Amino acid sequence: MDLLGLYNYWIVILLMMAGFYIVISCGNLVKKIIGLNIFQTSVFILFISMGKVSGGTAPILAEGITRFSNPLPHVLILTAIVVGVATTSLGLAIVVRIHETYNTVNEDEIHQQDEDAE
Amino acid sequence: MINHLPILQVVIPLLVAPLCVLFRSPRLVWSIAALTCWIILVIAGVLLHEVLSNGVISYEIGGWAAPWGIEYRLDEANTLVLLIVSGIAAVVTSYARLSVEHEIAEDTIPLFYSAWMLCITGLLGITATGDAFNVFVFLEISSLSTYAMIAMGKDRRALTASFQYLVMGTIGATFILIGIGLMYMMTGTLNMADLAQRLPAVSDTRTIRAAAAFLTVGLSLKIALLPLHLWLPNAYAYAPSAATALLAATATKVALYVALRFMFTVQGVDFTFGQMRLDLILLPLSVVALLAMSMVAIFQTNVKRLLAYSSVAQIGYMTLGISMASATGLTGSILHIFNHALMKGGLFLALGAIMYRVGSVELDKLAGIAKRMPWTMAAFVAGGLSLIGVPTSVGFISKWYLILAALEKGWWPVVMLIVFTSLLAVIYIWRVIEVAYFHAATDENSGIKEAPLSLLLPTWLLIGASYYFGIDSSLSTSTAKLAVLRLWGGGL
Repeated sequence: MDLLGLYNYWIVILLMMAGFYIVISCGNLVKKIIGLNIFQTSVFILFISMGKVSGGTAPILAEGITRFSNPLPHVLILTAIVVGVATTSLGLAIVVRIHETYNTVNEDEIHQQDEDAE
Repeated sequence: MINHLPILQVVIPLLVAPLCVLFRSPRLVWSIAALTCWIILVIAGVLLHEVLSNGVISYEIGGWAAPWGIEYRLDEANTLVLLIVSGIAAVVTSYARLSVEHEIAEDTIPLFYSAWMLCITGLLGITATGDAFNVFVFLEISSLSTYAMIAMGKDRRALTASFQYLVMGTIGATFILIGIGLMYMMTGTLNMADLAQRLPAVSDTRTIRAAAAFLTVGLSLKIALLPLHLWLPNAYAYAPSAATALLAATATKVALYVALRFMFTVQGVDFTFGQMRLDLILLPLSVVALLAMSMVAIFQTNVKRLLAYSSVAQIGYMTLGISMASATGLTGSILHIFNHALMKGGLFLALGAIMYRVGSVELDKLAGIAKRMPWTMAAFVAGGLSLIGVPTSVGFISKWYLILAALEKGWWPVVMLIVFTSLLAVIYIWRVIEVAYFHAATDENSGIKEAPLSLLLPTWLLIGASYYFGIDSSLSTSTAKLAVLRLWGGGL
């Protein structure tokens, strides 16, 4: 199989690993949320690109349309995008409250403050 | 009406959630929430009776026939889980009023109950649905509301615990989504029964193997299987007491049910244990979870954290039963899902009552409280004995089945391990008993009274149930055995 012909999967893997790496490596909680977003986006692309049929058009019932892309993955991802937005907003809301309480959004500093309090 | 019960079970709490925000009075909101949960429990009871007498219920949402529409499919396995979730929800919601008023600011109480009802909606939806993508959606509904509930804890560390769970939980859910997507890619269907029929033809491809791997890792995160349990101890320790009891008794169990559903019904025994050899991965992880987490529990100074680590260890028993890949082992696992929900729920409710009177569950603050709160501590001791696995308690029943399964296999070291980890449980429960019963009360603790009846009754209801089903285990055992038959047979 032609490796470059599967370029959509390469993009998915690249984005997924980049997002995952940001989540693990960044101490800044806002950046963690951004990493999480990139991670989720890669899965959206995985779903959307799998529904594509070469030479296919939009799935409309009309004269002359015989090949069309599978609309189901797209609909699924609409739901997943909504879930992603909800996760991001909840995550950011928690970060705001963490900032109000600890006066920082850096993981190490938060940990340090908890250690000192004990 | 009666044939719409499978969907009403999920829709009723979903509709009550926004109502909770509209009514601003905490008492009124609590009454509505509690009433709803009891209604759901009745529905779950009717459904279980229906399934046991008439077989599998298949409900097509909106009248769209499966596999095109979304199907709710109730068999012995998931109706039992529905009963656990709704039963625990009913008891814990009845308990929640005073505990929540004590731990959460008054103006956020309606929001708390709203998240509470959404969480229950999600858990029931995950359990009832027969559609793989629907599982993901409901999983996120329950998870998001759980993050919100944890963040409402009084301790400021509740915020970081919630954030950590949000990050790990989202990664887990996204992994599950990838797994479902890869399976859809190969089969073109999302209906579980349909997937089960189409998967064997393509099961020897790298895509399906990758799908199974993604699903297993994602679900292990939600189950809190070692080493993916890191979110659990802090989340349980700093969440409001009522929320801890609800989550400890239901959330990980439902995730484990989903894992069973995918392992047995969707992918099939041959694929999971024959081709992927999942048993070889689960066995060492379960053994390490049991040993290491029981020992970590011994050294905790916060009793909620202690029980949280004990939960991770107990999840080891459930996965141990699965890793034996035998009908007896699986029966033990399913029984332990049921039994552990009762005893851990009861224990966390007892801790909530202590939190209500003492204001803390740090071990050194509990000196001599057994004299002040005899009934609460008696409930804790009874729940602890059940956790250890004393005969006549439910803990004994599930350990009995696990030991039987290990003997069938001739795995003597595993039998020893189950007995040894029960002894470790004796140690960590004893540490609490020693402080509460045999240490002199401090001056701060001298004015403490027994917990009010509205906290004690639900606590004893769960503890009582964990002995009732320990003495007369016919209902739970026979249903678990039917569930195993259903899962083992491919669920069709």
